[in-house]
Amino acid sequence: MSALLAFLAAAEPAAKGIDPWIAFFSLITVVITVGMGFWTAGKSKSAGDFFVAGRSVSVGWNASAISGEYLSAASFMGVAGMVMLNGYDALWYPVCYACGYLFLLLFIAGPLRRFGAYTIPDFAEGRYDSPLFRKIAVCFVLFIGFFYTMPQMKGAGTTLAYIFPGLHYSVGVIVVGAVITLNVSLGGMKGITLVQAFQYWLKVFAITVPIFVIAAIVGHYQSHLEANKTAQETVAAAPAGIERKALPAKAPKDEQWIAPFGSLTTKAVDTAIAAAKTPEEKAALEANKKPYSLLYTYSLIIALVCGTAGLPHILVRFYTNPDGVAAKRTTMWVMILIGVFYVFPPIYGVIGRSLTPELYNAVGSKGTDKVVLELPTLLAGRDYPLLGSILSGITCAGAFAAFMSTFSGLLVSMSSALAHDIYGRMLKPDASPEQRLKAFKWAAVIIGVVSVGLGTQVEKLNINYLVGQAFAIAAASYFPLLFMSVWWRGMTMKGAATGMLAGGLLALGSIFLTTLSDVYGFAGLADFWVAHPLLRILCEQPAIWAVPLSITLMIVVSKATAATIPADVRMKMLVLHAPEALGLKQEYIKEHEVLGGH
Amino acid sequence: MKESNPTPDPIHSDAFLARLMSGQLKLSIACAFCFIVALVALPLLNYFQPEFMAQRIYGFTLTWLILGVLFFPFVWIISFVFIQRSIALEDSEAKAALDGLKK
Repeated sequence: MSALLAFLAAAEPAAKGIDPWIAFFSLITVVITVGMGFWTAGKSKSAGDFFVAGRSVSVGWNASAISGEYLSAASFMGVAGMVMLNGYDALWYPVCYACGYLFLLLFIAGPLRRFGAYTIPDFAEGRYDSPLFRKIAVCFVLFIGFFYTMPQMKGAGTTLAYIFPGLHYSVGVIVVGAVITLNVSLGGMKGITLVQAFQYWLKVFAITVPIFVIAAIVGHYQSHLEANKTAQETVAAAPAGIERKALPAKAPKDEQWIAPFGSLTTKAVDTAIAAAKTPEEKAALEANKKPYSLLYTYSLIIALVCGTAGLPHILVRFYTNPDGVAAKRTTMWVMILIGVFYVFPPIYGVIGRSLTPELYNAVGSKGTDKVVLELPTLLAGRDYPLLGSILSGITCAGAFAAFMSTFSGLLVSMSSALAHDIYGRMLKPDASPEQRLKAFKWAAVIIGVVSVGLGTQVEKLNINYLVGQAFAIAAASYFPLLFMSVWWRGMTMKGAATGMLAGGLLALGSIFLTTLSDVYGFAGLADFWVAHPLLRILCEQPAIWAVPLSITLMIVVSKATAATIPADVRMKMLVLHAPEALGLKQEYIKEHEVLGGH
Repeated sequence: MKESNPTPDPIHSDAFLARLMSGQLKLSIACAFCFIVALVALPLLNYFQPEFMAQRIYGFTLTWLILGVLFFPFVWIISFVFIQRSIALEDSEAKAALDGLKK
């Protein structure tokens, strides 16, 4: 170990500021990940192993793996950064990320597993007997997948650039992309299940241990929260010994930061107020400010809760459970594991506001987003240089685990869509099991290369913004599709497709409009937003209208095309809902067929 | 195939499916209702009772304590109750249906 450290220290003498501990912990994470990939490669043999891990993953393993896959760079670094930047309102993100699983548990997890498919497009085709619908569903899997991949890649690029100052952004993207692509093509779903489960526990360790140590030295969560005075308090009631650095001008004021309806939800109206010319206009806008921010809050909640229940790369993991009851139990454990994790990132944001306020002066990955990585290094200046380095190394390792595990899950779900749905079902339905396996490996490589390519292009975009887009689109497309298909016998393929496409595409379009003005500086649109702050909020957070629209369209079009309800819908519904004890379980994909020669 | 059976057995009847689905759906909706009430109520309380929600409890403001800490165990309780009842419901339905088949 010391030889390795010496090597690391000597290898980069020119690039000053590389902390050997940070490099060491990051390297260990990568080495263990690759090692586990090779170790499991020998155990993954059949197509079933690659696509659904042989449908034999136990509740504990699967819950850890789903949690490991779900806690992405946005969770690990982004949530802390958002709480530091926006205060109370940003708490909705971790809460809804975790609690969205309740909808999945209540309405979708058990029935979806009982249907016994490999992928969500399988379910789409099987439920409506429509190959066309499979094609539409495949497009959406790839689409949402790539949207979600880009922020992971961005996290990889910026974290590596943070650890090795001077390293180009794209190097991190390529390194992480290559490692994960290798892992997925070696072991498929079975291989990454183990890796992701390990990475969940690594992430929990990496977020909890440093903050306990930091809090013990610089003061606790509630003490630092108390240092921010509310609107009623005239003096901050911070207990003695709580240090607080002066906030820069860009930072939100205490009473806005700690209270609901702060800068995150009032941005659109604030911009309009700043541009208003007459006092009457200003007064009218001021009156609207609070109701609009309430609307923004509700729309955000809907997008996050419904979006969680509609992310294809998470849903596909439920097929790895042995049965419907296990799928339900897994979901409950996922909520507990994720909930425990999400209590901690906001603490980094709160303490970061007191001690690293200089981060407010930069944007995105150079600003508050890196508070999780930055905060432990403070200890170095407080007579604990070694401890600061070690803890910073641990949080960096956690960040590594975060974008590696999420990207590997996305890669499996997208490779499955390509290899199983497009190759195995559309291009070559009579492919042998060996050919399907080979197709999976090639698909992983193709998707991996495309993801790296896309990842190098998004350096300027914000991690949470990209993730939010993926959630809003999933909320307006997959969630209504799954919810209605599972519970309403009257759904037709046309109804399902119309609702899903209209909801998903309109949500995407309206989010894209806000990107045009914010990221690409489209001036005409920016003026329009200033004149119409309500429209701006509805475009930035489309879930509040897109989800009901999608469900309404599904009902209306299905009623109009009721003649095309699948003939055996009763049998399909029975398979979805009947307990396994009745012996009705007929896997949509039969293992012995897939295994062929065995 | 089971569908081609001219006289459907109890398991393949519409009545059985309707009972199975409505039992589960009622349970799911009841649990979802508790969750949705909390999700809708918290922003409303923040909106209409800001001073009440801003009072300090152990250094947290009340609303921060609820959203940042207490919301998680609340949802765990709902999911735990749901799983217990859902599995019990399935077991009793399966038992009743299998008993019906034997007769």
